[in-house]
Amino acid sequence: MTTTTPKRLAALAFVAALAASACSSSGSTAAPTTAATAAATSAPTVAASTAPASAAASAAMTLPEPVSATITLQGAGATFPTPLYNSWFETYTAKYPQVLFNYQSIGSGGGVKAFTQQTVDFGASDAAMKDEEITALPSGTKVLHVPTALGAVVIIYNLDGVDKLQLDSQNVADLFLGNITKWNDPKIAANNPGVTLPDVAVNVAHRSDGSGTTNAFTTYLDTVSPDWHTKVGAGKEVQWPVGQGAAGNDGVAGAVKQIPGSVGYVELQYATQAKIASALIKNADGNYVPGSTDGVTAAAEAIAANFPADARQAPIINGAGPTTYPIASYTYLLLYQDQTDKNKGQDLVAFTTWALTDGQAMEAGLGYAPLPAPVQQQALDSLHTITSGGAPIWP
Amino acid sequence: MTTLRQSGRLTSGSRSRWLNADRLFRGGSGAFAFGIIVLLAGIGTLLFISSIPTWRTFGLAFITGTVWNPVTSVYGALPFIIGTLETSLIALVLAAPIGLLTAIFLAELAPRRVAVPVSFLIELLAAIPSVVIGLWGVFVLSPFLRGTVEAWISSTIGRYVGFLAGPSFGVGIFAAGVILAIMILPTIVSISREVITAVPNNQREAMLALGATRWETVRKAVIPFARSGIIGAIILGLGRALGETMAVTMVIGNNTRVPTRLFDQGQTISSQIATTFNEAGVGLQTSALITLGFILLIMTISLNIVARLLVRRVAGDGVGQATGG
Amino acid sequence: MAVASRSIPASLVRSGADRRRALIDRLFRSLALLAAVICVIPLFLIVAYVVINGIGALNLDLLTKAPRALGVGGGAEAAILGSIQMVALASLMAIPAGILAAVYVSEFSHRRSATVIRFSADVLVGIPSILMGIFVFTFLVLPFHQYNAFAGSVALAFLMVPIIMRTTEEMLRLVPGDLREASFALGVPTWRTVLSVVLRTGLPGILTGVMLAVARAAGETAPLLFTALGSRLVNVGDWSKPMDALPIFVYTNARQPIAALNEQAWGAALLLLMFVLTINILVRARTWSVRSR
Repeated sequence: MTTTTPKRLAALAFVAALAASACSSSGSTAAPTTAATAAATSAPTVAASTAPASAAASAAMTLPEPVSATITLQGAGATFPTPLYNSWFETYTAKYPQVLFNYQSIGSGGGVKAFTQQTVDFGASDAAMKDEEITALPSGTKVLHVPTALGAVVIIYNLDGVDKLQLDSQNVADLFLGNITKWNDPKIAANNPGVTLPDVAVNVAHRSDGSGTTNAFTTYLDTVSPDWHTKVGAGKEVQWPVGQGAAGNDGVAGAVKQIPGSVGYVELQYATQAKIASALIKNADGNYVPGSTDGVTAAAEAIAANFPADARQAPIINGAGPTTYPIASYTYLLLYQDQTDKNKGQDLVAFTTWALTDGQAMEAGLGYAPLPAPVQQQALDSLHTITSGGAPIWP
Repeated sequence: MTTLRQSGRLTSGSRSRWLNADRLFRGGSGAFAFGIIVLLAGIGTLLFISSIPTWRTFGLAFITGTVWNPVTSVYGALPFIIGTLETSLIALVLAAPIGLLTAIFLAELAPRRVAVPVSFLIELLAAIPSVVIGLWGVFVLSPFLRGTVEAWISSTIGRYVGFLAGPSFGVGIFAAGVILAIMILPTIVSISREVITAVPNNQREAMLALGATRWETVRKAVIPFARSGIIGAIILGLGRALGETMAVTMVIGNNTRVPTRLFDQGQTISSQIATTFNEAGVGLQTSALITLGFILLIMTISLNIVARLLVRRVAGDGVGQATGG
Repeated sequence: MAVASRSIPASLVRSGADRRRALIDRLFRSLALLAAVICVIPLFLIVAYVVINGIGALNLDLLTKAPRALGVGGGAEAAILGSIQMVALASLMAIPAGILAAVYVSEFSHRRSATVIRFSADVLVGIPSILMGIFVFTFLVLPFHQYNAFAGSVALAFLMVPIIMRTTEEMLRLVPGDLREASFALGVPTWRTVLSVVLRTGLPGILTGVMLAVARAAGETAPLLFTALGSRLVNVGDWSKPMDALPIFVYTNARQPIAALNEQAWGAALLLLMFVLTINILVRARTWSVRSR
C-alpha cells in the first residue's frame, strides 16, 4: 500500500479530472428534464426507467456486472437506511448469488470510523463526512459520497389513546429540551384541539451512538429553536439535556415502544415497520404534515438543482412547499475512490450502479424517497471515477 | 572400551532424554502458568498506555469532569463513576442483608436436605448469562418496577425528597441496581456460607451450652469470628457489580449526564464502553473510553485484592474462586 | 454444623426476658428463611419467563435460518453456528493452556511463584469481561482493520484459562502425594507421572472445571462486542470475518421495536439457558454426589 504512492497520486489526478467533467455534464443535461417530470408518486418509475438509459448513453457502455468469484462485501454504518440496504442486499444476492454482503448497522458515526480505519469495504452515513473527518482519512485514501436514498426523520411517541398528534417546531424543541415534561402541557394542547392528552410524564429517547439521524434531527432543532441552538447545537452526537439513550434507530424505536410516555425520533421506515405512531409536524408553510415518501420527495425536488458537486448535501430542513416534510436527509454510501482489491471494486461498482437504477424502485415501498433524477445522474457519473490500480473500474 | 562408553552413553543418554522431556514439560507448562501473569500485566499495561493521551489532555480533571461530549472532544468520567457507584451501592444495600441472612440460614439453620438444594439453586442463578438476565430485565423487571415500586416511591417519599422524585420509567439507575442485586446475590451467599461454615464448631457449642438461642450464638460467636470473611464476600459481590456489563447496559437507559435522582437514566463505566466503543471516533474518544476501562480495572483489582485477603483470613486459600467475576 | 438446632423448650422459658429472647430468635429464624426464599425467587422468575416466552419462538426457523432483511421470518442460524465455532476454538486453546498452567503451579513451581500465579488467576477471573474485549480488540482487530471471529475466540479463551487453571489446580492438590511418590519410586519420569497418574486421578474434577468454563464462555457477550462483532451472515470457518453468537443475537434483538424479533431474542435466550443450565446441573449434581459420599 505504501509503495504505490506515486501511482496513486496519478490516479487521483485522473479521478479528479473525470469527476469534474462528469459533474458538469450531468448538471447541465439532466436537471431540467427531470425537475419537470418529478411528480412525487411517479418518481420511482422515472428513476428506474430513464436513468440507466441516459447513464449508459453518456458512458457509451453497458451496466457493470459483478465478477464471478464469490466475494463478501463488508460494510458498516448508518442504521437509517438499514431496512432499505438489507432489502437491496437480499435482492442483489438473489440475482447474483456470488455477491454476499455483511452490513453492520452500527450508526453513521461508526460507519465513518470504520471507513477511516479501513475495517470495511464500504461505509454508510446519513451525515456527509465533515471536512475534518475527510482530513483525518489515512493519506492516499479518498472518499466518494454516493447518495442512495432520502428519508424522513419522524417524531414517534407512545401515548395510549392518542392516535393523532400534531406538533409545531417549538413543541418538538421543548420536548427534547426537557421544557415540556407532561404530555398534557398547554403548549402541546394548543396544537391539538379536540384531543384529550393524558397526564403522563414525557420520556425522551435519543441515540446513544453517533448518528446521521441525530445529525438531521438536531440540525432541524438547531434551525427552528434559538434555545436549542445556544444550549445544544447540531451534530451526529450531542449533549442531550434529558432522556435516555439507545443504540441505533431500532434501539430508539424499541425504547419508545417499550416505555409509555416516550417520545423519540427515527427514520420513517422504523415507525412504519414497528407500527409506532408518529406525529404530524408543522412545516414552513404552516401545514401539519406526516412523515412520508411524498413529503420527503417534495423537499428534495425543491433543492435538487443545487445539489453540491461533491454530493455532501446537508439535511433538508424546513423546505418550502405545502406538502413538504420539514426533516429530511440524504443517506450515503462511502466508497474508497481507489479500490485496492479490483474484484471487490468491480462488485461494489456493479452493486452501487444497480442500487442507483433498479434498486431505486424498491425505495418508496420501504418508506424512503428515491433520488431526484439529477442527483441520481450525478451519483451514477461519479461511479465512473472509482479506480483500481490507477485504471477506472467502469470506464 | 567402546561398549562401555556406548552403554554408558546409552544410560546417561536415556536418563538425559528423560530429564530433557521433564525439563521441556516443566518449561512448557511454566510458560502457560507465567502466561497468566503476563496476560494480567498485559491488560493493565495496554489499558494504561492507551489511556495516556486522555491523561495528557485532561489530567486528573478527567475523573471529576462531568461532561462527555464527543462533538467538542471534552471527556469527563464522573457521570459513569457515579453511575457505577450508585448502581453498585443499590445492589449492595439490597443484596448484602438478604445474602448474608441466606448464608446464615444455609450454614446454621437449614437441615442438609434443604441447604443442599437451595445452595444448588443459588449457584444456578450465578450461571445464567448476563444477557439473558438483561432480556428479562427489559421485558419483565423494568415494566414491573415502573408500575409498582418506582411509581409508589416517587409518589410518596418522592414528594418530599428530591432524590426520590419522579418521573420514573423503569429504566435507569434504580432498575440497574435491582438487576445487579440479583446478580451478586449468589456471590455473597456462597462465599459468606463458606466463611461461616469455616467457623470452628466449639464456638457455637460453647454458646449453646450456656443456653444461648441460635440468634445469640450467631450474633455473638459466629459473626464476630467470620466478620472479615463476610465483609470480603460482600466486597467480592461489589466487585462483580462494578464490572457487570450486559444486563446493566440493557436497563440503565444509557445516558451520559450525571444522574441526580434515583430513577434517572444513566450509564456505568462498563455500559458506556459497551454502547459506544465500536462507534467511538478515532483518537481521543477511544482513548477516553479505554481510560474509563482503566479506572474500572483499578477499582475491581483493588477490591478483589482486599476481599480475597479478608476471605483468606477466615476460610483459607481457594475459597470463592469459582464464583468470582 | 453437627450441633442440634432446636429452639429453647417451652418449659425452660420462665421470665419475660427469656420470652423476648425466644421471640427474637424466632424472628431471626423466619427472616433467614424468608431471605433464602427471596434468593431463589429470581431464578424461578427468570427461568419461567425465558421458557414461556422462548418456547413459542423455538422452532425450526430459529435454528436453521439466517436473519432476514426486515425482521420477518429468519432465525438464529448464524448465531448458533457462530457460538459453537467460537466456543469450540476457545476451548481448544484454553483447556490445554489452563490445565498445563495448573500442572506447573501444583507440581513444579516454588511456593512464592505459585502464590503469585494463583493470585493473578483470581484477579483475572474478577476483571470485567468487557475489558478483555478491549484488550483483544487492540491487538487482534485494530492491526488487521477487521472485526474477526478469531479475536472473539481468543477473548473467550482468555476468560476461560484462569477458571480452568484454578479448578484444575484445586483438583491436583487433592491428588494424594503417595501416588506421585509411588510413581517416582518406580522410576517413572515426572512428565509421565503427571500425565498418567496425577491428571488421570484428578480427571473428573478437572472436567468439572472445564465444563463450567465452557458454559461461562458460551454465555459471554461483552468480550465479543469489539472482537467478533456479530454478523447477519452465516459464517462457517472464516475466522478472519465477523461472526455472530447467541448472546450477541439476544442483545441486538432485545432492543428491536419489532415483536417478532423480540420473540427470537427469547428463543435464543432459551437455547442459551438450556445449554448453560444443563452443563451446570450435570456438573454440580455430580460434584454433590461425590461430596456427599
